[in-house]
Amino acid sequence: MSRPAQITGVQRGRLALRSGVMIYVGVLVVLPLAALVQHGLADGLLGLWRAAVTPVALQALELTLWTAALMAVINAVMGTLTAWALVRYEFPGRGLLSALVDLPFAIPTLVTGVMLVILLGPQSPLGGWLAAQGMPIAFAPPAIVLALLFITVPFVVRAVEPVLLEQDPAEEEAARTLGAGTWTVFRRILLPPILPALLSGTIRSFARALGELGSVIVVSGNIPYRTLTAPIYIFGEIESGQPQTAAAVSVVLLALALVLAFAARGIEHATGVHNG
Amino acid sequence: MGIRVAGLTKHFGEFLAVDNVSLTVESGELVAFLGPSGGGKSTILRIIAGLETADAGTVSFNGQPADHLHPSARGVGFVFQHYALFRHMTVAANIAFGLRVQGASRRRQAERVTELLELMGLTGLGHRYPSQLSGGQRQRVALARALAPEPKVLLLDEPFGAVDAKVREELRHWLRKLHDEVHVTSIFVTHDQEEAFSVADKVMVIHRGRLEQSGTPDEILDHPRTEFVARFIGEANVFETRVQGGAGPVGALRIPVEGIADGTPVCLVVRFYDLKFWRDDQGCARVVRMTTLGDRVKVEAQIDGAGRIFSQFPRRSSLLHGIEPGCRIHIEVTLSRAFMTGTEDGAIETAADC
Repeated sequence: MSRPAQITGVQRGRLALRSGVMIYVGVLVVLPLAALVQHGLADGLLGLWRAAVTPVALQALELTLWTAALMAVINAVMGTLTAWALVRYEFPGRGLLSALVDLPFAIPTLVTGVMLVILLGPQSPLGGWLAAQGMPIAFAPPAIVLALLFITVPFVVRAVEPVLLEQDPAEEEAARTLGAGTWTVFRRILLPPILPALLSGTIRSFARALGELGSVIVVSGNIPYRTLTAPIYIFGEIESGQPQTAAAVSVVLLALALVLAFAARGIEHATGVHNG
Repeated sequence: MGIRVAGLTKHFGEFLAVDNVSLTVESGELVAFLGPSGGGKSTILRIIAGLETADAGTVSFNGQPADHLHPSARGVGFVFQHYALFRHMTVAANIAFGLRVQGASRRRQAERVTELLELMGLTGLGHRYPSQLSGGQRQRVALARALAPEPKVLLLDEPFGAVDAKVREELRHWLRKLHDEVHVTSIFVTHDQEEAFSVADKVMVIHRGRLEQSGTPDEILDHPRTEFVARFIGEANVFETRVQGGAGPVGALRIPVEGIADGTPVCLVVRFYDLKFWRDDQGCARVVRMTTLGDRVKVEAQIDGAGRIFSQFPRRSSLLHGIEPGCRIHIEVTLSRAFMTGTEDGAIETAADC
């Protein structure tokens, strides 16, 4: 008779663990979300709308969106190429390259910003030269894109890499013997299997970039209407005692982030249907 | 289309994978590259397909040099050991791929797919994905895909290595039947002797990057030209000894050797079916073990003053009469081949009775 009791004990333990974890994650994630939404909507949807569509807030959102989008496109291409090099070729420095890919996640983003300013600021040789050519980078949108690229290096590489590893190089060889040129091999053989991972990695890097503060605040110069991004705008509003407008723009960013997170999850779920 | 390979050499780093190989495959022939793993068979096949580049040597199709041609321009169908089917495409899309990238009309693609599905016994499976097929079916899809653009040459790299024994047997029949119907010049790589001998018109034995011997299955079996071929093909007893008074002594067993000077180190190769054992209390060997292998019995005997020798006989055969573990036997060698160690000369064949 002791066995059923034991099993019940184990089951009770599992139940406790499950509900405990649910409550922990729920409280930690859902409560602040609810608080933000509630605060953002304190003056109703119209109030939220008014606060979010001030010219300076709109400009900030627009800058955030296009710099993140440009970063995402570059990341998709370069991330795929990097993953490709890591998976398909043995070369000296391959291990180092792999370690470097993960490095940006380990560096505090503020430090990233400082590194870029030292490298590209007007006082630096490279930054000074570029400014003299009429292409200032620091305290201008290019620096924002660079900072975003730096902090999101691993997203696409690490998403695409496992899928590429699974792919048999003989598939590409088979396509070549069947008459396919390099571009056709890429488009018809390589791209379709990695596309879901590539999209989800790109979306996740884009979502990450929408909220980036630390590195951007250092390199962008935070000039309203020119280099002020949405997160920095939110930060400034909080600093200057305007939680209402901060909450409004935050709700917009939050909505975008949630949509993107669900999109990435959906794509990941749809993956692997025909694999295996 | 005939294939000519001349002076082919290929290194992988320090490793010499293909060592000055020259061979010719006539138009319409079905040839097997046979040899142990890592012997360079697949590399030669891949060089012919353009998937590898040789360090030296040339490949020509119908007398036209093909070395500069990209794999896509060689008109070669290639079948990979692990199928290499496009996992994200249906069976029909896999088969149609070659025609599609070459710009054939949709109608032509559909016709050809139907035709090949039927030829391969895959009718009704066109809409499936490779993951929904068995190993044997996948390999037939791979074969259909390679054949769809009507290649002038079909190359198969260990095509049946990844399927189980029964399916392998079926696929061998498929390949032979297919070749008899389509007559496309074909080369397949295998390390399985039975496969090579049962399917191919001609067998080329490749070992350590070199072509050891090329011939019909019977020629290879009955007239091995090198020590390696004699040892590798068929189950054989191998004895290393030195010629002494016109014979190679193997303990108490003396195997006659003709035309080789005394003192020359030789390797004597005796196939099990070139041996007879008789019960004889004055014989030179003693039976140490008899093992039943299905319909055959393997008899192992200890030669006085030397190693072991084995043969096989049909179960219940009169050749086994009186032979039992522990008894002494007389050994008759109906055919022995002597190879002078360290030379490339052919075999010297002799018979013995002792």
